[in-house]
Amino acid sequence: MLRFFASRLLQSLLALFVIITATFFMMKKVPGGPFDSEKATSPEIKASLEAYYGLNKPLYEQYGDYLKNLVRGELGPSFKYPNRTVNEILADKLPVSLELGLLSLAVALGAGIPLGIVGAIRRNTWADYVASAFGMIGISVPTFVVGPLFVLVFALTFQWFSPSGWYTASDRVLPCLVLGIAYAAPIARLTRGGMLEVLHQDFVRTARAKGASEARVIFKHALRGGLLPVVSYLGPAIAGILTGSFVIETIFQIPGLGRAFVDSAFNRDYTLLLGTVILYAALIMGLNLLVDVVQAWMNPKVRLES
Amino acid sequence: MRPFVSLPQSRGVLERRNPEFAGVRLLCLLLPILVAITGCWQRENNVALGDREQILHRGIGPEIPDLDPHLATSSSEYNVLIALLEGLVTEDPVDLHPVPGVAESWDASSDGLTYTFHLRGNARWSNGDPVTAQDFAASFRRMLTPSLAADYAWMLYVLQNAEAFNRGKLADFGKVGIEAVNTRTLKLTLEHPTPQFLSMLTHTAFMPVHLPTVEKYGPTDRRGNAWTRPGRFVGNGPFVLKTWQIGQRIVVSKSPTYWDAGAVRLKEIDFYPIESRDVEERAFRAGQLHLTESLAPSKIDAYRRNDPQMLRIDPYLGTEFYRINVNRPFLNDRRVRRALALSVDRQKIVENVLRGGQLPANEFTPPQTAGYTAPALLSYDPNAARALLVAAGYPNGRGAPPIELLLNPSESHRAVAEAVQEMWRRELGLEVRLLNQEYKVMVASRRTGDFQIMRSVWIGDYVDPLSFLAIFGTNNGNNYTGWSNRSYDQAVFESERVTDPASRNDLFKKAESLLLEEVPIIPIYHYTHVFLIRPSVKNWHPNLLDHHPYKAVYLEK
Repeated sequence: MLRFFASRLLQSLLALFVIITATFFMMKKVPGGPFDSEKATSPEIKASLEAYYGLNKPLYEQYGDYLKNLVRGELGPSFKYPNRTVNEILADKLPVSLELGLLSLAVALGAGIPLGIVGAIRRNTWADYVASAFGMIGISVPTFVVGPLFVLVFALTFQWFSPSGWYTASDRVLPCLVLGIAYAAPIARLTRGGMLEVLHQDFVRTARAKGASEARVIFKHALRGGLLPVVSYLGPAIAGILTGSFVIETIFQIPGLGRAFVDSAFNRDYTLLLGTVILYAALIMGLNLLVDVVQAWMNPKVRLES
Repeated sequence: MRPFVSLPQSRGVLERRNPEFAGVRLLCLLLPILVAITGCWQRENNVALGDREQILHRGIGPEIPDLDPHLATSSSEYNVLIALLEGLVTEDPVDLHPVPGVAESWDASSDGLTYTFHLRGNARWSNGDPVTAQDFAASFRRMLTPSLAADYAWMLYVLQNAEAFNRGKLADFGKVGIEAVNTRTLKLTLEHPTPQFLSMLTHTAFMPVHLPTVEKYGPTDRRGNAWTRPGRFVGNGPFVLKTWQIGQRIVVSKSPTYWDAGAVRLKEIDFYPIESRDVEERAFRAGQLHLTESLAPSKIDAYRRNDPQMLRIDPYLGTEFYRINVNRPFLNDRRVRRALALSVDRQKIVENVLRGGQLPANEFTPPQTAGYTAPALLSYDPNAARALLVAAGYPNGRGAPPIELLLNPSESHRAVAEAVQEMWRRELGLEVRLLNQEYKVMVASRRTGDFQIMRSVWIGDYVDPLSFLAIFGTNNGNNYTGWSNRSYDQAVFESERVTDPASRNDLFKKAESLLLEEVPIIPIYHYTHVFLIRPSVKNWHPNLLDHHPYKAVYLEK
């Protein structure tokens, strides 16, 4: 297990290095720079700006400087927000994105798994059809439709919640529901599929034969195996929830990483863009590693193979 | 075998044996309850609460990059900064004419070259220090220091030798026309007589900063100084910075040390940087905002119909126009450029495409800018346009190469460009291709001259025709068209130095006529500022720069 862990860690570090390098050079190749704006800046001012950010040095030197600072944990000053460092901006926004992500994940699992289980054990009844319909709708209607719709109904018509902002606990409800439902749908489908497969296996029949209660059969014996597809889906899903929250953050005016990421690309805020990419990459790799470990714990077969 | 679950039993098992699922289950149960509970309390919204407590909630558009007045470049920063800082003069809320700010009076020398400002004795910084002439001198020096690389340092070039100092050609700041005679007298010497000088002084570039505070948090003449955060910021305006949550809101509350605190009626202003117009509109509708920064064109008609008292369309000192690269073949023919300009039916664009009360632009400088209106030399005249194209040797567009019109993706830019494309095709028989580039890419293309015709916009920095006409000077960094005309340069140069309003207007007319005859640009329309406002907001006067000194504003049901 330790060896598996170490080799995966090494792979991740290598991948991270490649990602940083590729992003750095691609970013510099994109036309337009951080100081391009509607009104021209004088050549002298542009020169001092470039000197301040080290953009007047040759590219390989900039790259070397960046890596050197990165090793020390410094992501540099932001181009767009002159009085803030990228470290500060990320430290400000990451907790928001994590909160949004984790709460949405809770909604996704809390809604998706029970629906999937109900769909499986009440196969081809109205309960199953309702759960499947929910799944289909959730998968096919994008968040930028569901989001404004929820705002219209719950914020503007019923006035239960604020339509935007991230100030009070009630501001968390709508965005987390919308983002959670988007992921609950595939989770419900995966759970249903996984459960159906497991419920037909011999060990389930054995459990029933020895007289275990139906609930015990499902929650103790079947669920562990039935949830495996969900767990392997969770890696990419969590990554998607964390990095793909741009739409939700825009609709609900949430000061999270997703907006910082997209805006930094439009602003050519080189340091902020790189910082977000590195953070995202590290998060996704860490989560994938975690999912592997959980999978190994849940499925003896995976454990034996590695 | 059909599986069967009896619910009460399963719940018992769940709680006893599988505590890890209890959490998930609990959440499923709690969520509807939570929704039900929140449904019961109907909260008082921001607007109702604000009206009672004199708290203004204002949308300000894009995120604020910094609250350092010397690094500010956008109008959203301006809108916050005039609450926090006050310059020598401020603006009248109705027509923006300069009124006393920190300076209670001033004298101009008869040659218009020297201004002496007398600062009021009771002007205070928010930490209690008096606001002195030395503070202003040091602030202007900081603004001009080359290493700060302030984008708007050029605003101070009207001061004697300021340009040389800012460009690093002059090291001795003593030679720059800024002199603190004593703590309450500031003498400013100009490069040449400048009639619009007092109006320029209201710009953020001329705002003072409290240098000892700036110094405390880093070098004063470098970027990256974090003195502008809440708890650190020291200002001299009617409000002080209370909170600044990035991407959420900036809260300023009434300053007890402000010299005219008695006149300030608002207790607090909450600024919300909301980039998406739709999100902002929803926040307004839900009573989160008193004012929005803008309104999407698609929603104008609905508000006009249903809530006309909340819709405001104010004039705005800006022009949308197309720059022509006059060095390109075909477009280097003046007759072709004029034909293009004359065949644009601006009235139609304004009425049918934009629908926000915009003015068709038959000239570059918006009409009635500081009393000046340009001759309308580019009125819609398709017959004259066709004749010009015949004279240029392209009757009905025969033999003309296809034209590329460059723009950045945006609903309204595209709609206008498509209308123009169709007009040029129909009236002149020209083939026009619309070319989309992401904004920064487009700006890079503009810099390298890699375009034929491109969508552009110019917003005046101060209310004076010079703020518009100066940019097409041969050496002006904002020209980009490759157009150069010696008589035009001469007229602009003279207008900067003449003080008599009548002869100044004549010079502007001469310059703008040349611009419209030679057509390096095609003006399309003059902006309006379309936004939503609650009727309880009082003294929010329409004006060309969308400036609203908060001292005058109050809320009343």
